[in-house]
Amino acid sequence: MTDLGFPQSQGRNWGHVALRCLLFLLLGLFALFYLMPLFVMVTTSLKSLEEIRTGSLVAFPRDVTFEAWRTAWSGACTGIQCEGLRPYFWNSVILAIPAVLISTLIGALNGYVISQWKFRGANLIFSLMLFGCFIPFQVVLLPMARMLGLMGLAGTIPGLIFVHVIYGIGFTTLFFRNYYVTIPAELVKAAKVDGAGFFRIFWSIFLPLSLPIIVVTVIWQFTQIWNDFLFGVSFSQAGTQPVTVALNNIVNSTTGVKEYNVDMAAAIIAALPTLFVYVVAGNYFIRGLTAGSVKG
Amino acid sequence: MGGLMMKKSVFTAVSAIAFAAASVAYAGPSAEVLHWWTSGGEAKSVAVLQKEFADNGGTWTDMPVAGGGGDAAMTALRARVLAGNAPTAVQLKGPAIQEWYEEGVLADISAVAEAEGWEGVLPASIAGHMKCDGKWCAAPVNVHRVDWIWANADVLAANGIAMPTTWDEFNAAADKLAAAGITPLAHGGQAWQDATVFEAVALGILGPEGFHKAFVELDMDTLKSDKMVAVFDQMRKMRGYVDANFSGRDWNLATAMVMNGEAAFQIMGDWAKGEFLAAGKVPGKDFLCASVPGDGFLYNVDSFAMFKVDGDDKQAGQGLLAKLIVGQNFQKVFNLNKGSIPARTDVAMDEFDSCAHLSAKDMSESSANGSLLPSYAHGMALRGAQSGAITDVVTAHFNSDMSSADAVKMLADAVANSL
Amino acid sequence: MIEWFERQIPKIVLAPSFMAVLVFVYGFIAWTAWISFTRSKLLPNYEIKGVIQYERLFAAPRWDTAMSNLFVFGTLFIVISMLLGLLLAILLDQKIRTEGALRTIYLYPMALSMIVTGTAWKWIMNPGLGIENMVRGWGFESFSFDWVIDPDMAIYAVVIAGVWQASGFVMALFLAGLRSVDEEIIKAAQIDGIPHWRIYSAIIIPSMAPIFLSAFIVLAHLAIKSFDLVIALTGGGPGYATDLPATYMYAMAFSRGDIGQAASSAMVMMGVVFAIVVPYLYSELRAKHD
Repeated sequence: MTDLGFPQSQGRNWGHVALRCLLFLLLGLFALFYLMPLFVMVTTSLKSLEEIRTGSLVAFPRDVTFEAWRTAWSGACTGIQCEGLRPYFWNSVILAIPAVLISTLIGALNGYVISQWKFRGANLIFSLMLFGCFIPFQVVLLPMARMLGLMGLAGTIPGLIFVHVIYGIGFTTLFFRNYYVTIPAELVKAAKVDGAGFFRIFWSIFLPLSLPIIVVTVIWQFTQIWNDFLFGVSFSQAGTQPVTVALNNIVNSTTGVKEYNVDMAAAIIAALPTLFVYVVAGNYFIRGLTAGSVKG
Repeated sequence: MGGLMMKKSVFTAVSAIAFAAASVAYAGPSAEVLHWWTSGGEAKSVAVLQKEFADNGGTWTDMPVAGGGGDAAMTALRARVLAGNAPTAVQLKGPAIQEWYEEGVLADISAVAEAEGWEGVLPASIAGHMKCDGKWCAAPVNVHRVDWIWANADVLAANGIAMPTTWDEFNAAADKLAAAGITPLAHGGQAWQDATVFEAVALGILGPEGFHKAFVELDMDTLKSDKMVAVFDQMRKMRGYVDANFSGRDWNLATAMVMNGEAAFQIMGDWAKGEFLAAGKVPGKDFLCASVPGDGFLYNVDSFAMFKVDGDDKQAGQGLLAKLIVGQNFQKVFNLNKGSIPARTDVAMDEFDSCAHLSAKDMSESSANGSLLPSYAHGMALRGAQSGAITDVVTAHFNSDMSSADAVKMLADAVANSL
Repeated sequence: MIEWFERQIPKIVLAPSFMAVLVFVYGFIAWTAWISFTRSKLLPNYEIKGVIQYERLFAAPRWDTAMSNLFVFGTLFIVISMLLGLLLAILLDQKIRTEGALRTIYLYPMALSMIVTGTAWKWIMNPGLGIENMVRGWGFESFSFDWVIDPDMAIYAVVIAGVWQASGFVMALFLAGLRSVDEEIIKAAQIDGIPHWRIYSAIIIPSMAPIFLSAFIVLAHLAIKSFDLVIALTGGGPGYATDLPATYMYAMAFSRGDIGQAASSAMVMMGVVFAIVVPYLYSELRAKHD
């Protein structure tokens, strides 16, 4: 902890109190700024459609109703089926979990090689991977569709997992490489002298040290994959569409009636898993970053 | 060696199983249908088709992708066609049908069309959209009229205004309303809505023939003509008649403004009628519908095209689907739900409302005198690149203080650049 | 033989990822480059037709808007998110009792998809519905906040929403950085009587240089991919005032059936990204290893 609290010698004089007040005022104002959209979303989801049409958006609901939430979860039409988001949730789960685990594992191995088992060209490969993070996904849609077709994975969940793993490698490798680079090279040398091999060292030395960065990587990947719409809409077919596509189908009607309360409830429901991960794992997240991922 | 190789083979195995399961045996007609009607009345309308399909022994697999008037669905469609995994039937419309046909991926449904006698029951210009190289390649669902003007009856009566029949009358009425503190024109500032108003104005000022020249033939002389300058002049006036908060507003919120008397008029296709009806308003009493000033009829026809697919069950599904879509019953039920009118002209109109009757009457008249025209704003008249280029100019002009002369020059440049 | 194999293991482990990146990133870039020289419309077509797509691209006023928006948006988004993130991190580092709660509040936007962010902000910034309406309701009749509907200001509205979403994440990065600075040095500085702000500006912040790299990569990545945000917030409007290269490319490829044009815009866009990102990555990575 960097103790930059105001030196005790100054005591509780007025200046100190005033500064502390200012500090809390600032922090509070920022908190309002960050909470405002959530406030709008939650209150809107609790209002009736009539109230939304007539009132201001930035106001508390007059009559709280959870009807919109029920509709969004199990009744809203996402096509000819009106079963809400529920059926699509599972698709997202069985897509996101393997994709996150596989891309994290690959990232860990890659980071381990690039930081501790350097060979000629390893840095070049790392740079190439890093630049891959910047490729706009719109560019890869069409050639990727063709590739998935050739591989026989078009429209399947494994196909979607494959795509997410491929385009997740850049970031996961970056995270692990930055974390492992802070571990002294002597550790690997000593282990080698003891006769441990590549995988043995990874498995029994590096992996146990990696919990913080695994948390960071998993959170990042999970957020990216869960929230993805572009790949989800392009590489799925009937029966494999993820929850973001269903959300889009609820929210984006072309010439139908717009039910904003249902839209907002659906948006919140679709975001719940990622919100949950951030709130629960948020502490580990900071700790994970502190533990070295950003020391580079 | 690794994760990746292993993973691939597992993937292949999993998907092989999935494929095997999907093609067990011929189990009657089946269809996977890609469409973007996902909510409210639209979804109910598609459900009607699905039910009929099922009643005839078909298995319907729903593949809904909403958003941006079909943009997202078209993204998914491209990906699936490139992957060699095209859906059985796809909601497609306008020249996009012919564009897909040219890529060699559409199936020929002439057999059904001839057996059902489509030629005799569809207006010629609409039938033209359903044919590729003389063969039938799509089935029409409905006819939306785009050039409607909707009005709040009470507001007009209170201000002593009749439904305008010329643009001068419209301007006079709008000035009067503005003076009375009422927003004359309810509008949402989204590119396609700007284009919808623009083409209604253009139809009125250029006339049906001029409209055809400009937005179907892309005749440069018409695009650069003084009349086109007049169209942009009127658009500048229209800009003055909308309220300050119009940017990005959804069309249905603009409709709500007319409904609750905040605004007097809205220029929008007949899907707006669904909003009025859903709010319990009565046509002719609470709200008025009329064609925008000038002659002609701009149509926006939704249709389904069948893609080339393997498998007897799917091909049987395509035939059945095409037959049902143009069938009397579906045409009636669907369009009652959707606010549009049937594409075939021999459907009994008893259950339709007065606006739909007007629409049907105008359609047959304009079909007879050649003023039944495709809507450019809704992708019926031009291919995407050209209509998009025109919309860019329309929306740039509407949202800035560009002069009409500059806009016309930009329009000609943009159209030339898009070819 | 076995020993040789042992030595090759690191390369073998890295090989699949390397191959994947080669094919699925660089192969696809090459594919896009090829397509940009064709007249592909609805679907890719491989017949080379010269540089016509680039001529069309540079003749399109909409593309100019998209490019200048990318610079405005990208610069402001990255700079403001970094400054705000750093400020929040420093404020939170002052032994705040409610730190855990505040941190979560600042961080949660990152969990939301940009579609959600865009929709919420669209309403908040709409003059007739959101803040302007609310403040005027309090009696400040002349208050005005209508950026989102003003063609000249709308891109800044997009910046606000983008900063809202990403700055908490940057805050977390910097907070982690502050927590890992060597305490001994700071204590020594305090004993020497060096003022509070000097300790930050001269000791702590410079020591966090690597974090700026991580933050930059994350933010630049988000800036390039802020496609969804623009679509949900302004739909590219008013007019096409908030168009970005990504939305231009998408419109050309998928709503207008002009894939060749989309490919040429993608190439130009990637060229720009390359020109900015590569020197930065190069200098950062080099500095670290030499």
